[in-house]
Amino acid sequence: MLQPYASPAEKLARFALVSASILILLFLIVPILVIIPLSFNSSSFLTYPMDGFSLRWYEELMSSQDWQQAFKNSFIIAPGATLLAMVFGTMASVGLCRGDFRFKSVVMAFLISPMIVPLIIVAVGLYFFFAKLQLLNSYIGLVLAHAMLGVPFVVITVNATLQGFNTNLSRAAASLGAPPLTVFFRVVLPLIAPGVISGGLFAFATSFDEVVVTLFLASPSQRTLPLQMFAGIRENISPNIAAVATIMVVLSVLMLLTLEVLRRRNEKLKVKQE
Amino acid sequence: MSQTATLLQGDEDTFDLRAKLRKSQRAYKLKSLALIAPLFLFVLVCFAFPIGTMLSRSVDNPEVNTAMPATTAALSTWQGNALPDERTYVALIKDLADAKENGQILALSKRLSYEIPDYRTVITKTLRKLPDDSAASKRDALIEVDRAWGDVTYWKALKQASSKLTPYYLLASLDHRFDPAAGSIVKADPNQSIYVDIFARTFYIGAIVTVLCLLLGFPVAYWLAILPEGKSNLLMICVLLPFWTSLIVRTAAWIVLLQSDGLINRTLMFLGVVDAPIQLVFNRTGVIIAMTHVLLPFMILPLYSVMKSIPSNYVRAAISLGAHPFVAFWRVYVPQTVAGLAAGGLLTFILAIGYYVTPALVGGAADQMVSYFVAFYTNKTVNWGMASALGSLLLIATLLLYVVYGKLTQPTQAR
Repeated sequence: MLQPYASPAEKLARFALVSASILILLFLIVPILVIIPLSFNSSSFLTYPMDGFSLRWYEELMSSQDWQQAFKNSFIIAPGATLLAMVFGTMASVGLCRGDFRFKSVVMAFLISPMIVPLIIVAVGLYFFFAKLQLLNSYIGLVLAHAMLGVPFVVITVNATLQGFNTNLSRAAASLGAPPLTVFFRVVLPLIAPGVISGGLFAFATSFDEVVVTLFLASPSQRTLPLQMFAGIRENISPNIAAVATIMVVLSVLMLLTLEVLRRRNEKLKVKQE
Repeated sequence: MSQTATLLQGDEDTFDLRAKLRKSQRAYKLKSLALIAPLFLFVLVCFAFPIGTMLSRSVDNPEVNTAMPATTAALSTWQGNALPDERTYVALIKDLADAKENGQILALSKRLSYEIPDYRTVITKTLRKLPDDSAASKRDALIEVDRAWGDVTYWKALKQASSKLTPYYLLASLDHRFDPAAGSIVKADPNQSIYVDIFARTFYIGAIVTVLCLLLGFPVAYWLAILPEGKSNLLMICVLLPFWTSLIVRTAAWIVLLQSDGLINRTLMFLGVVDAPIQLVFNRTGVIIAMTHVLLPFMILPLYSVMKSIPSNYVRAAISLGAHPFVAFWRVYVPQTVAGLAAGGLLTFILAIGYYVTPALVGGAADQMVSYFVAFYTNKTVNWGMASALGSLLLIATLLLYVVYGKLTQPTQAR
């Protein structure tokens, strides 16, 4: 904080810093907040001033076959992909933390590489590959692709959580006669759960957000929510886009809150251990 | 006697124990590997393999040699000094007739037109008047149908296109081509030289967005880092909520804000800054604004964590030793953030050059980046070689930058 004896120039600099930062933070948050009231606008124009309050755009969503299908598809594909990413990712992270073998860092880099490669390249690669396997336009193909994109987040968060895990606890359980699976489910998993769940949330958000890969792999009947939005924006941006956007913002707020709760819990655990 | 016996037995025990230990260690290691294996295989099959195949497609050249097996074989010994022999012309007629029969002719003439644009019409013309068995010299008959068959350049192009692998797509992605007549790599025709521009545009947009993110991200990260925990956590929501909000939602929001009767134009007109709405969206301005918004959290978050770890007493020490606070900030604080700035900047740049959705929705035709053309060649014109070549170059650029990124972030992790 600024000292009371700060010079006028310092005070000015501080004032400039604070006001610039506030403006930049507004630049970050306002666009997201601006779109929410527009979804309740009674006119069909996506602009202010609003004409009046109405739920007609939400009603339109409810009655539209395409949007219904998109909601359904997103809620089939995202949980499926998340589950797959969480199971495979957690297993691999536990394996990576157990022993120190030579190629550990190489394996780790390989497992998180889907995060680095531009999505369009993943999309085109999978498009050719799935065409051969007859997996184009299938739910299985989409779940596999989205799971692959979510895996790096699970590996990273679970790995980070396991770094703080006291391995003596699982040794103690094993020495008391617990079989390995029991040790994992009764001792390890409850302790690393915050990491697993936040990795899962990242994986869910990735799948729930994904446009590019889905664009290449899905048929119109498998359009997910973001893809339906993408198509809608391309045609003609109407207030029902604002309504979906609002629903998605609410979902992100929920995810953010969950993550924050998990983070706090994790910190408390760490403090207790220390 | 009895002592030696127990000693011996003890030795045996330790030996046994050592073997047991080794065995259990091996089992432990195997179990660890077994835990990693499913994910490893999954990423290998669903990620590495498809991308590897895509990379190989950028040099893969199946069209001509599958459609014209006999001609390819006949040309394999041809030197290219004079016209090919009669045998090759016979093979050509047979191959063209077969290709017409089994429907490979479209792909064939499309591929040949990449070498010489005119080749498509040559093929169509030849197919229409394909010489029959009555012609004494197939060579003369074919040259009569189309003079191109009497031109060595066309044969050289055909031979070049018939090889199993081709540098054609990769060279074309760099606005070059192999000239069969000259036998060397030359610049591509100006009307086909668009790709270097596209890469330059991609890197240019990426660089501008990165610089903007650096300029906007630095003060925010600094302010959040020096604020008390409670306040900064609260303000962090402004960074984290956009970070968690869907990319497509944020892009839609910017279209709504920037459109000609959108909030920004209306405000500007209300304030009297402009008289008529200005074009802010579906052009470069819109792309840069929206992409900066999308990528800014990726800059702020790593910068914030770096700044949070910088002890404040260094700057205080500098000031107490007589440095002006601004000098202390610039000479003591800022150098400690350089690693964070470089890492955040590089990450932003890597993400920016791979973008597809935001430019596709907010940009105009002249603002599309490499990703757009990869998608375009895959879906619209079905030129998979070109899509793969552009994708491969983008991937190489990304991986190279990532190696630099790894080098930059490693020492800070080690510390």
